[in-house]
Amino acid sequence: MTLLAVHNLSVARGTIPVLEGVSLSLAAGQAMVLRGPNGIGKTTLLRCIAGLQPALEGAIEAVPDAIAYAAHADGIKATLTVAENLEFWAAIFGTRGIDHALDAMNLRHLATRRGANLSAGQKRRLGLARMLVTGRPVWAMDEPTVSLDAASVGLFAAVVSAHLGQGGVALIATHIDLELEAQALDLTPHRAKPPQDGGRKGAFDEAFV
Amino acid sequence: MIALLLRDIRLAVRAGGGFGLGLAFFLLVTVMVPFGVGPEPATLAKIAPGILWVGALLSCLLSLDRIFALDFEDGSLDLLATAPIPLEGVVAVKALAHWLVTGLPLVLVSPVLGVLMNLPGPGYGWLVASLGIGTPALSVIGAFGAALTVGLKRGGLLLSLLVLPMYVPTLIFGAEVVKRGAMGLATGTPLALLAGITAGAVALLPFAAAAAIRVNLR
Repeated sequence: MTLLAVHNLSVARGTIPVLEGVSLSLAAGQAMVLRGPNGIGKTTLLRCIAGLQPALEGAIEAVPDAIAYAAHADGIKATLTVAENLEFWAAIFGTRGIDHALDAMNLRHLATRRGANLSAGQKRRLGLARMLVTGRPVWAMDEPTVSLDAASVGLFAAVVSAHLGQGGVALIATHIDLELEAQALDLTPHRAKPPQDGGRKGAFDEAFV
Repeated sequence: MIALLLRDIRLAVRAGGGFGLGLAFFLLVTVMVPFGVGPEPATLAKIAPGILWVGALLSCLLSLDRIFALDFEDGSLDLLATAPIPLEGVVAVKALAHWLVTGLPLVLVSPVLGVLMNLPGPGYGWLVASLGIGTPALSVIGAFGAALTVGLKRGGLLLSLLVLPMYVPTLIFGAEVVKRGAMGLATGTPLALLAGITAGAVALLPFAAAAAIRVNLR
């Protein structure tokens, strides 16, 4: 079963088109790694797929309410403890229990520590644990391994593998090798052409033409 | 939804959360005014309704930018926008949380500050009633302004400029209720208009604010 399909998608950052003609399809249990140089539009593509911004053209097919998005920022409240942060997201997504997420990302011993006192890597682990409490099948993750140490990257890869094993899907923008069974999509050939080469004009230009 | 309300209240009352900021400001304004205008009871009684309402309004304004800016900065707003609860609901709940930690305390302490301002006896009930009915509108209108300016760095000035004109009707009718109440006149008309503004703002602005947030998150 295809959980996420993207057809001929063009996306813009601000008013400037960055990617065009992106197509991908992920069936249950599959993962895809997005690659490409800085600024190519990996984040923009993920935000578009997560529903945070509209596409210039093309279509995104997904089961409603299936996508969980992990951004660069982890959305951690400094004055709440690790457990309180996770419990909040579990309540928002209507799932129960945060124990499996605490164990999976090795956060058990930090459960009562406040967000302000976490290291960058620990915050990232908490941010990734949040994906586990969403209970959603499609994970769209933006540079999930930033500031993680080698052991935590292994932990994260194991979590993603387990998620795929349960019929989930993961779309990950990353620069490192996660040692996952994953297709790679290089976005470089999809870079949007500038207007003088017949590419799409930005929305800003359109408004004044 | 309830989880979001509880989280926002919990964040507000924990260290550095801003609870008490509005209250302290309200207190300072009403304590300072008698020093400024002189201690004549007749003068104070005359200006009391206006000063109390302006004080409440400004202390509400003080904490508005926290409604969405903090969640925007740490990425929570992106995550809330992709969560299964509607963004309109998020706005409504956050405005309610703002009112519970800012507006409601103002309503509760206002009679005490009325004494400092020598508010005439019959005015106390009307002061509490008008603030109780009017301050929810301040929180909802403020949430709308905060939604409009959410992506801006240090958008506080723009937020104030946007929100203050929208606060004016509430201020006029709210102060009018107290003024008429203190003089023993009928208060039905301004009270009904005040309630109308609040009801309209609560019903419509969460939708406008959610639309503004969607645009700002792009």
